[in-house]
Amino acid sequence: MAAVLATENLNKRFGAVVAADDVSVTVEVGERLGVIGANGAGKTTFVNMVTGYLKPDTGTIRHDGRDITGLEPRHVTRLGIHRSFQIPQIFPELSVLDNMMIALGIAVSAKPNGWRPLYHAGMVASAEEALTRFSIDEYRDQMVGKLPQGVRKLLDIAMAMAGDTSLLLLDEPTSGVSADEKGAMMDTIMAALEGEGMTLFFVEHDMEVVERYAQRVLAFYDGRVIADGPPDTVLADADVRTYVVGPELHRRR
Amino acid sequence: MKRDFTIPGMTVALLMLLAGYLVLPGWAINMVALSLATGLVVLGLMVQMRAGLVSFGQALYYGIGAYAAAMSYTFMGISDIFLLAIIGVAASGAIAFVLGFLMSRYRAIFFAMLSMALSMILFGLLVNSAELGSTDGFSVGRPSYFTYQPGSGKRLTFELYGLICLFSFLCAFAAHRYLSSTMGYIGEAIRENEVRVEYLGISVRRAIHIKYMLAAMLSGLGGVLTALLIGHVTPEDFVYWTKSGEFVFVAILSGTGSVAAPFVGALIFELVRTYALQYAPDFWQMLLGGTLLLVILFLPGGLWSIFRLRKERS
Repeated sequence: MAAVLATENLNKRFGAVVAADDVSVTVEVGERLGVIGANGAGKTTFVNMVTGYLKPDTGTIRHDGRDITGLEPRHVTRLGIHRSFQIPQIFPELSVLDNMMIALGIAVSAKPNGWRPLYHAGMVASAEEALTRFSIDEYRDQMVGKLPQGVRKLLDIAMAMAGDTSLLLLDEPTSGVSADEKGAMMDTIMAALEGEGMTLFFVEHDMEVVERYAQRVLAFYDGRVIADGPPDTVLADADVRTYVVGPELHRRR
Repeated sequence: MKRDFTIPGMTVALLMLLAGYLVLPGWAINMVALSLATGLVVLGLMVQMRAGLVSFGQALYYGIGAYAAAMSYTFMGISDIFLLAIIGVAASGAIAFVLGFLMSRYRAIFFAMLSMALSMILFGLLVNSAELGSTDGFSVGRPSYFTYQPGSGKRLTFELYGLICLFSFLCAFAAHRYLSSTMGYIGEAIRENEVRVEYLGISVRRAIHIKYMLAAMLSGLGGVLTALLIGHVTPEDFVYWTKSGEFVFVAILSGTGSVAAPFVGALIFELVRTYALQYAPDFWQMLLGGTLLLVILFLPGGLWSIFRLRKERS
């Protein structure tokens, strides 16, 4: 079986800044992969390139063996590669349920049956089920823009998971959430992913979260992958301690 | 789930309007028919406004519909109302298909101004070319209905009035179905966050393009019906930017809460304008402006939000 994601020699520059420098990463089906790196190390650029938001200058991106380099975000989405955002990309003036309904509606019926009323019993039940899975069902009828950051993050992820997802990329799922709530939030996400058979790729600044939830860790520095392996090995790596973990911990304290 | 009374409500309204022909005086019937035709154009505006786009040049398609009908009547002798409606809608839809590639790239004030610019190009074209009727425009005779041609007498026969009611009902029904569908909700999603819509797998530009075409076709039909109702089309009355402004006025007055709102809003607009003209011929524009000011200040969601406010209070 082909890797769910395989990038070969991705390069991306923004003027003098090197955001990706020969990045070659292979992600196998079902992996739980955590990505670490200081700000500007190229983590989000990598996610943006995989999901079609940015086109790499050179290099190829394959999904299940198929070349998806340069596809538009919507085409990448249709292939089952879904993402969440550092700043939740949701519909602020609509209710939580409306947000979820639209995401599910598009995932389920936009193409063959776009004229069917969105609000029908089956769809509402699926949306409520998704909200329950992410423990945000109590906010069902509230307007999204006024909700706490944690709830909006979870809704963003729930919406990203609408439809068949084979690879889920989460960009800093716990950023902006208080330290006490990070664990609970990741538990909620992990519980929601349980049994879905999807591959998870998450960018994270909190080393404790990475250690606890990732099976494999990628460390980015200056657009390069400087370490790749199990959490304990990568987090103990000398370069990682110098360039990633050290400054991170230093900055936090 | 939310109960929806739109379709039953509109069905009752249709029957009442049809019955109204027997009761109401001629001028009132005329006003209702004209308001319904205007309502169709505003319905098109509303479809776009749901996606956060305000067209300040919707008279472009109103005019194209009206002129397509008038010129088909004048040059090809087509008088069948159904055929004229199809021609008007098809012409509007075809031009919107082409211009949609351009318009779907723009948002907000750029969309509004570009739509206005396009409508003024048509205005300039019509005014400056004798072949297109110049400032005099064209006369439109009485429509026929398949093989049936109503006898002479007043212009607004029951057949024409009934068909305007029926067309309006059918369009409102279709628009309601559309706006309740996933495709319809995508409009609101686009207004709120285009990035998420793209990442849900939808082409925002294509979705806007489709909405732009639907709006154009509704406006085109409104133009055809108004032309048949009035019997004469001129660039001034059908394409000039003040006409587009009038549609935006009615759209703000109505609000985007329901597909019935544009028709009610158009009727209220006609009533206010008629009475203002009659009782205050010197400052009727001021009265209209004042009405709009009051709506924006106290009912920012349009007249239709009265219903919602009442519901929330109870």
